[in-house]
Amino acid sequence: MRQDVAILTESLDLTFQTNDGPVQALKDVNLTINHGDFVSFIGPSGCGKTTFLRVAAGLELPTGGRVTVNGMTPDQARKNRAYGYVFQAAGLYPWRTISGNIKLPLEIMRYPQKEQNERLQKVLKLVELEGFEKKFPWQLSGGMQQRASIARALAFDAEILLMDEPFGALDEIVRDHLNEQLLALWHQTGKTIAFVTHSIPEAAYLSTKVVVMSPRPGRISEIIDSTLPADRNLDIRDTSEFLSMTHRIREGLRAGHAYE
Amino acid sequence: MRNLLPIFTVVGLIVAVWYAAVAPMNIRSALDQLERSDHAVVPAGALERREVSVWYLLVNNPNQIAVTYDLERSRLPTPTQIGYELWKSTGEMLLRGKAMSKRSLLYHGWVTLQSTLWGFFLGTTVGVMGAIFIVYSRIVELSLMPWAIISQTIPIVALAPMIIVLSSQIGIESRGLPKAMISAYLCFFPVLVGLTKGLRSPALSQMDLLKTYNASSVQVFFKLRLPASVPFLFTSLKVGIAAALVGTIVGELPTGAISGLGARILIGDQFGNPLAIWAALFAAAIIAGILVTFLDLLQRFTLHQMGMRV
Repeated sequence: MRQDVAILTESLDLTFQTNDGPVQALKDVNLTINHGDFVSFIGPSGCGKTTFLRVAAGLELPTGGRVTVNGMTPDQARKNRAYGYVFQAAGLYPWRTISGNIKLPLEIMRYPQKEQNERLQKVLKLVELEGFEKKFPWQLSGGMQQRASIARALAFDAEILLMDEPFGALDEIVRDHLNEQLLALWHQTGKTIAFVTHSIPEAAYLSTKVVVMSPRPGRISEIIDSTLPADRNLDIRDTSEFLSMTHRIREGLRAGHAYE
Repeated sequence: MRNLLPIFTVVGLIVAVWYAAVAPMNIRSALDQLERSDHAVVPAGALERREVSVWYLLVNNPNQIAVTYDLERSRLPTPTQIGYELWKSTGEMLLRGKAMSKRSLLYHGWVTLQSTLWGFFLGTTVGVMGAIFIVYSRIVELSLMPWAIISQTIPIVALAPMIIVLSSQIGIESRGLPKAMISAYLCFFPVLVGLTKGLRSPALSQMDLLKTYNASSVQVFFKLRLPASVPFLFTSLKVGIAAALVGTIVGELPTGAISGLGARILIGDQFGNPLAIWAALFAAAIIAGILVTFLDLLQRFTLHQMGMRV
């Protein structure tokens, strides 16, 4: 039975104990992410967007409030392999080929060899890396490496994709192309995507919902539902709806004192 | 091949400096010998010569300088003399079918090589086990690491005789095992430190990634930590095997050893035969070179197989 809610948080708090005293990374975060949503988290450094993703992934424990992923605790969800996580750096193993890297989660989850190969072919097609499976990571460009790391997260059919600034280190031209591909991939797979970014146009272009966050303490200052049509391509960025969307995000950031 | 020019330049420089040093190093003993066989030298008399510098002797006996390059027991033999001595005690003996005679450096080198390999094996095993324990247990790190560091501050020459004496006390009469232990004592440390660093080299995000897959710690070890540590391991092994050779030679120096390159060095010293010492030193250097080169080739091959750029 499929629940509608993928990630739910209620008055979520997280305080890190550091040498300089406690730092409140997340304060009173209430958020519902439904299945099939594409939710972007935007805000300046230190606003807790990455921390939020890590809490949802069970990599950090909240100090207060409640968080569920597919109705389970993040730790149970992690053990059930409910999500795939894409890190800022592609983080491919230099000693494995592209196919070896994509198969890594499948090996760990002990998929049979035959199914590993079928899944490999399927995700290679999704990220358009067919023909590169025998290459080693250093033989590929940064954008291709990041695509391989997305394929690695897709390989085991997790419902949810958590992406932490996956395109942050890439140049704008490659980034535009990957954004387009990611949207197509989201349409094809119907996955739930939580996407951390620093870029206002990227958030506006990709998302069905934009979560604007502000720092010290990290909190949600505004949640903006996208008014853009679900089916979009890069040309949409020249329309007035797109401009009003980026304007609203920028206003949200300003309202959260993100520019100070 | 473009590496060869700088290498040969350095070798050429060393050989040139060496030959230049032979004359001042040997002039005194050369003049002593010449005087004894009734040649005229300036100044006459060993005592008088001790009062003046070697440079003065060289300037005033220009015709005798050639003799310094051809002494039988010179303070500083020439590379040619050492090369000939090496040939006499290895290749020539091999041709005469006496490769394993007690006068052959092949025999002594073989004895040293065996102990080195045993010590290397023992030291690497200890180093690898130690590194794994240290990476997985904070307590082991806190309790073991200081001792590992202290162990390397103790001069091995002080420790070697004790290891030999103590092991004979518990009934180990052969010198093979104590020598391997001394060798392992020097060899384990670079392996321990290098492999610890290698096993810890994966970035935090790499560890987090495996955590999101809910990987077991055995999987983390074999799929991430171990392959990531391979370049570090080989670097350590190369240092370790050279240290193992030094350890073995030191283990052969103390009382009573009659075989091995260390024993040859000691005997050469006691019988005033610098040529034997130099030949044994060169034999040790050649063995070390071969061992390190072998590990280097193995490293290149392994990393190439792993798809890494070497």
